[in-house]
Amino acid sequence: MSESPILEVRDLKMHFPVKEGIFMRTGKFNKAVDGVSLKIEPGETMGLVGESGCGKSTLGRCITRLYNPTAGQIRFEGHDITHIKGRELKPYRQDIQMIFQDPMESLNSRHTVGDILQEPFIIHKIGDKASRQKRVAELLDIVGLQSRSVTRYPFEFSGGQRQRIGIARAIALNPKLIICDEPVSALDVSIQSQILNLLIELQREFNLSYLFIAHDLAVVKHISDRIAIMYLGKLVENGEGETIYQNAKHPYTQSLISAIPVPDPHHKVSRQVLSGDVPSPIDPPSGCTFHPRCPHVMDECSVNIPELIPLKESTGQDVACHLYK
Amino acid sequence: MPEPLLAVNNLISEFDTDEGRVRAVDDVSFSISQGETLGIVGESGCGKSVTALSIMRLLPQPMGQIVGGEILLEGEDLTKVELKRMEKIRGDIVSMVFQEPMTALNPVHTIGRQLTEVLYLHKDISKDNATRQAIEMLDRVGIPSPDLRMGEYPHQLSGGMRQRVVIAIALACKPNLLIADEPTTALDVTIQAQILELIKELQDEMGMAVILITHDLGVIAETSDSVVVMYAGRIAERGTVYEIFDAPTHPYTKGLLASIPRLETVPKSVLPTIEGMVPGLLDLPKGCRFENRCPYRKDSCSASIPGIEAISDSHVVSCFHWREIESAQAG
Repeated sequence: MSESPILEVRDLKMHFPVKEGIFMRTGKFNKAVDGVSLKIEPGETMGLVGESGCGKSTLGRCITRLYNPTAGQIRFEGHDITHIKGRELKPYRQDIQMIFQDPMESLNSRHTVGDILQEPFIIHKIGDKASRQKRVAELLDIVGLQSRSVTRYPFEFSGGQRQRIGIARAIALNPKLIICDEPVSALDVSIQSQILNLLIELQREFNLSYLFIAHDLAVVKHISDRIAIMYLGKLVENGEGETIYQNAKHPYTQSLISAIPVPDPHHKVSRQVLSGDVPSPIDPPSGCTFHPRCPHVMDECSVNIPELIPLKESTGQDVACHLYK
Repeated sequence: MPEPLLAVNNLISEFDTDEGRVRAVDDVSFSISQGETLGIVGESGCGKSVTALSIMRLLPQPMGQIVGGEILLEGEDLTKVELKRMEKIRGDIVSMVFQEPMTALNPVHTIGRQLTEVLYLHKDISKDNATRQAIEMLDRVGIPSPDLRMGEYPHQLSGGMRQRVVIAIALACKPNLLIADEPTTALDVTIQAQILELIKELQDEMGMAVILITHDLGVIAETSDSVVVMYAGRIAERGTVYEIFDAPTHPYTKGLLASIPRLETVPKSVLPTIEGMVPGLLDLPKGCRFENRCPYRKDSCSASIPGIEAISDSHVVSCFHWREIESAQAG
């Protein structure tokens, strides 16, 4: 860990105003991300797991600066990029790229694959036409598509192939960090493994760092070095993938792991089924936001907000829970 | 051997599309007994949903048609019954739960109205009685303060709650068979666990049979007694859940089971994959549907379609070379 992290997020908050009433006054805030801190080392994959509405995609979009964070700090290779704009931001747009869940929505359906893949070079004024075309052919080869794909349109491809186009676009400018937002969730099982293999291979070859956002813990554990679990805008636990899986401490993580259906009929289901739904981030519960659903809830939980602190036994895990103070 | 509740024999369903006629379900057979859970697993376009819609006689009209085979529900062939009779059967004997609860529910009607509608349609029941039964049903599927929820609209409920309402509607008349088409795919894992648990509980209580359609092998392993694996409209393999997971025989089933990342696989290891992709229904291979992706392919595979061969009483496979593949792997 002697290297400095490629990305460091400190106490990041993203609060969206909620407009109400006939005068559209801002009364409340949707605290989608509410004080998240994390670090990603070069060449590392950080998995980010959570249920819908927990703020994991918002966090990804803050890091790519598609959103302007409300508070906190984002440092990329030591530089504070939290509030920079325009020309200053442009180099970071090259270094931080994004892969989206639905490649049909994230690829312009009226552009050919060639146009889509050349666009990053045109925007960043890199190379001339001939060199761009050469690079596009290279990119297609890297992601396992045929070079004649350049003249074809996104709808002519299957879901898995479209995701390969999305990946080719993301790696076009040799980025250092890629935010992968549910990149395999929309794909069929037999195609998922192809895309996961490709992402792992690209990481080895180009020393990429990933923030891999997904709700499928088995997929996240497979691709990640470390995993962070998010609930209602806050991280509740993080640590190495194996540690989290074998030795999850936070009650939410434990129930999340036990809720995954195991593809083995001999597996004995011992499940902590959580009651209730995820509360709204507009009016989160007091204290620990998980306390209304927590099987181990104590008096303290509804009063004090637990901090994300290292576990006493040094397992390299951080947990935000009053049980482990 | 008791008479099965539902027996689907050599079902063929076709669709008229702009590009021509496609056969979405081709020669599919399976049966299910009272109290049993049958899982149908396969990737998008494999025909699993069309099979379900064929049983319900809900294929989109006029494009979709059942062109062959029979669907025997309690001995009655659903492919031949009058639509009037089918309306009676739906909801009363067989019900369906869809993937997306928001599209299955009518957004402009209250939960109460949608629930009591089923009861009025199928039973000669007074208003008070229907309301009482509807509230009971909502309570049974675990909806808090059900009497208040009766007056609410679908958009006021969360995804998990909506799916509970859909299940309540489907089970209001206590059908003998429930078909659940990807009932938990749109839901979060912790909510998925709740819904699967609920279906299991209601099944134990009412003794109904469940056909569960999903692409998630974990869900299948956990809930099903027997499994049908479909590929490009045909059955690749069928067997008990133990036969399918412990001794997968069709190369597609083998590949599918090997390719899923599990919690115990070594992180960042290369996952086995099934190369290529599912053929489109418009240009299916002449022979075995899996031929172009199969690692054990031989020239004879492209000549004709393999029939269904029995491995045991309960286990069948559709592959020309399964014996050779098995003995090669054993030896």
